[in-house]
Amino acid sequence: MSDFFSSGWSIFIAVATVASLLACLVLLALASKRKPMASDNSTGHVFDEDLVEMNNPLPLWWVWLFVLTVVFAFAYVYAFPGLGAHAGSLGWTSRGELDADQARASQAMAKVYAVYEQQPAEALSRDTNAMAIGQRLFINNCSTCHGSDARGSKGFPNLTDTDWLHGGSPEKIEETITLGRTGVMPSMAAAVGSARDVHDVANYVLSLSGDPHNPISAAAGRKKFVVCAACHGADGKGNQAIGAPNLADRTWLHGWGEDAIVDIVDHGKTNVMPAQRGRLTPAQIHLLASYVWSLSQVRQTASR
Amino acid sequence: MRGTVIPIALESEPPALASLYVSEAKIQPRAVSGWFATWRWLLVWSTQLLFYGLPWLSWNGRQAVLLDIAARRFYIFGMVLHPQDVIYLAGLLILAAFSLFLFTAVAGRLWCGYACPQTVYTEIFLWIEHRFEGDRQARIKLDAAPWSLAKLVRRGGKQVVWAAISLWTGLTFVAYFTPVFSVAAETRLALALGPWETFWILFYGFATYGNAGYMREQVCKYMCPYARFQSAMLDRDTLIISYDAERGEPRGSRRRGVDAASVGKGDCIDCTLCVQVCPTGIDIRKGLQYECIGCAACIDVCNGVMDKMQSPRGLIRYATQNGIARRWSRREMWRRVARPRVLVYSAVLVAIASTFVASLVLRAPFKADVVRDRGALARLVEGGAIENVYRVQLMNATERAQRFHIDVEGLDGAHLASWSDVVLAPTEARWVPLAVQLPPQAARAMGPGAHPMRFLISLGADRPARAGEQSDADVARREKSTFVVPR
Repeated sequence: MSDFFSSGWSIFIAVATVASLLACLVLLALASKRKPMASDNSTGHVFDEDLVEMNNPLPLWWVWLFVLTVVFAFAYVYAFPGLGAHAGSLGWTSRGELDADQARASQAMAKVYAVYEQQPAEALSRDTNAMAIGQRLFINNCSTCHGSDARGSKGFPNLTDTDWLHGGSPEKIEETITLGRTGVMPSMAAAVGSARDVHDVANYVLSLSGDPHNPISAAAGRKKFVVCAACHGADGKGNQAIGAPNLADRTWLHGWGEDAIVDIVDHGKTNVMPAQRGRLTPAQIHLLASYVWSLSQVRQTASR
Repeated sequence: MRGTVIPIALESEPPALASLYVSEAKIQPRAVSGWFATWRWLLVWSTQLLFYGLPWLSWNGRQAVLLDIAARRFYIFGMVLHPQDVIYLAGLLILAAFSLFLFTAVAGRLWCGYACPQTVYTEIFLWIEHRFEGDRQARIKLDAAPWSLAKLVRRGGKQVVWAAISLWTGLTFVAYFTPVFSVAAETRLALALGPWETFWILFYGFATYGNAGYMREQVCKYMCPYARFQSAMLDRDTLIISYDAERGEPRGSRRRGVDAASVGKGDCIDCTLCVQVCPTGIDIRKGLQYECIGCAACIDVCNGVMDKMQSPRGLIRYATQNGIARRWSRREMWRRVARPRVLVYSAVLVAIASTFVASLVLRAPFKADVVRDRGALARLVEGGAIENVYRVQLMNATERAQRFHIDVEGLDGAHLASWSDVVLAPTEARWVPLAVQLPPQAARAMGPGAHPMRFLISLGADRPARAGEQSDADVARREKSTFVVPR
């Protein structure tokens, strides 16, 4: 009972509760005294000129029912918490009930997931029930960042294309969901050189994917790209082992255009995918990974 | 305190001492037959055939009426209702409420007297009691008699039948929520009941047994709120069960065929049969009382007595307070029935009932609801197009699979970026995430802000019906939403 700063409150509540319950019985007992009635079966009380209070005695079964509720109340506050700090003989807590409910739910869920646990992603992606569960898991756990349709938004990767930062195999996706990922682009301004050099590198990067760029600037930036190549590769196609993005495709996770590239070279970027281990069970993560994997497969095979 | 009684009335006799709690006397109503009793039995039969019979019917290979709370689907013959259809339940309750208002305004507590489950089950239980223990006099005698084998057999037989009916009622009640009477004949009554089903069977069974066997009129007098507020809906032109005091008084016995007036008496021979048949144990000759449930048993029995006495029927009859006071004929009283409040109740009732039926008949075979995605307001995609994400909840309100085509309209240039055809399994409800794209030129022309647009969800059609165009199926819904172009 951390709500109370003094045990006096607990005693006060316990005493008040018991006293109120006893008072109910005392009231019943006091009212059971016989009262004088007028010959017209009224109590003799007249209100507002002509409203007569008649004698309508309470049925005895009602009285006993009332006594029963008081008895029930005593049994209740004995068995369950209700008398101040008294924990109740059954040791019930709302926390305990929640834990029991969750244990029961995960037990029931385990049966559902057991069917899918041993199946590979290829098989699961063809199972409509599995994919329906996967979609619900995705909407409840992933859509906040990646969007309900998994196509992400600025800073949050699109999961439906075939462009993967850390690899798009079912195993890699499962690993990403379980352990999370931290993508770090350090501030490279000093390594690249002057503001002019950063501008040139940005144009060179744009040229890799054939986006509009200044060719003279790009040619100058090519030499400076050496410092970027350590992670992004000489051809700028990235490195999934360390999560370095492909700069030669048309995916611009942190914004498109020269300004966006200059900004990220100057200031760097740290992007975090939080680990889901502990929030989801391995069986759920397996199903979820299969669903995410299937999204890019559907797009490849059924694209218009 | 004792002895300080203040005189409160000018009566000379000393005031009697009365307890504020009393043990209610057991009422043993006498069996009655007649026009109104027949009506009550008709209603007993029709309501109970419906109640006990419905769970046995099947429809499309499932129970015809099944309220599947666990799966949140409610099947009523050909109809499948989702929790989103709870408006129909509200409509049904409003219909029931206005029917109660109307019937009560016209003829008092008709519901209580003829159709209320409390009355209906009490009637059934009384009938069984009559078969085992005899009519009122026999039962009173049996109550007073010491325990013997004969008494044990009579009481025991009654209890067995009561318990059996109660349990069957509990089972039937549960059958509306869990298929108990399975459709396939070989598995019929192969009861696979969980602990909750067992609890509800016993609980509902016990309620039936206790209320119809023992509580009876106590329920009406002390528990039922409708009993009290119906009394407040009566007015002086409501047909209520009335004793014609002017015709009946002064009451007293006389020989058959003797004209009452010639011996200076009223038509009432004070046989007290009207009190003996009363299920709430009141004397209707004292006038309208809150205990009267309007069952008209006293009318039936008194008419029989009047026939024997060769006096005209109707000493106790359905009459209005105005009618009795002003000595109106039956026709004059009925003319006053169509008074404003009755007409208003009827008009409201007809309006709600026709809306209710029309809405059920014209019900679309699916429901759709569009919610903007909560993650991102809008995003920029390849080529500078603006994309907004939505979740469309589709609910299949039929028992066959349905294919839906989704399209957008009302916003120039906007089109769906993701898949647009969805197949839903029977009665399935599913969230479908959708992305809508707007080309950069169109977005620039419109400017930043939220622009209204609509989703067009059509059923089965390969090509969506445009506004004002009729498609083959012509089952399409338009759901309003907005498209956000960021600054």
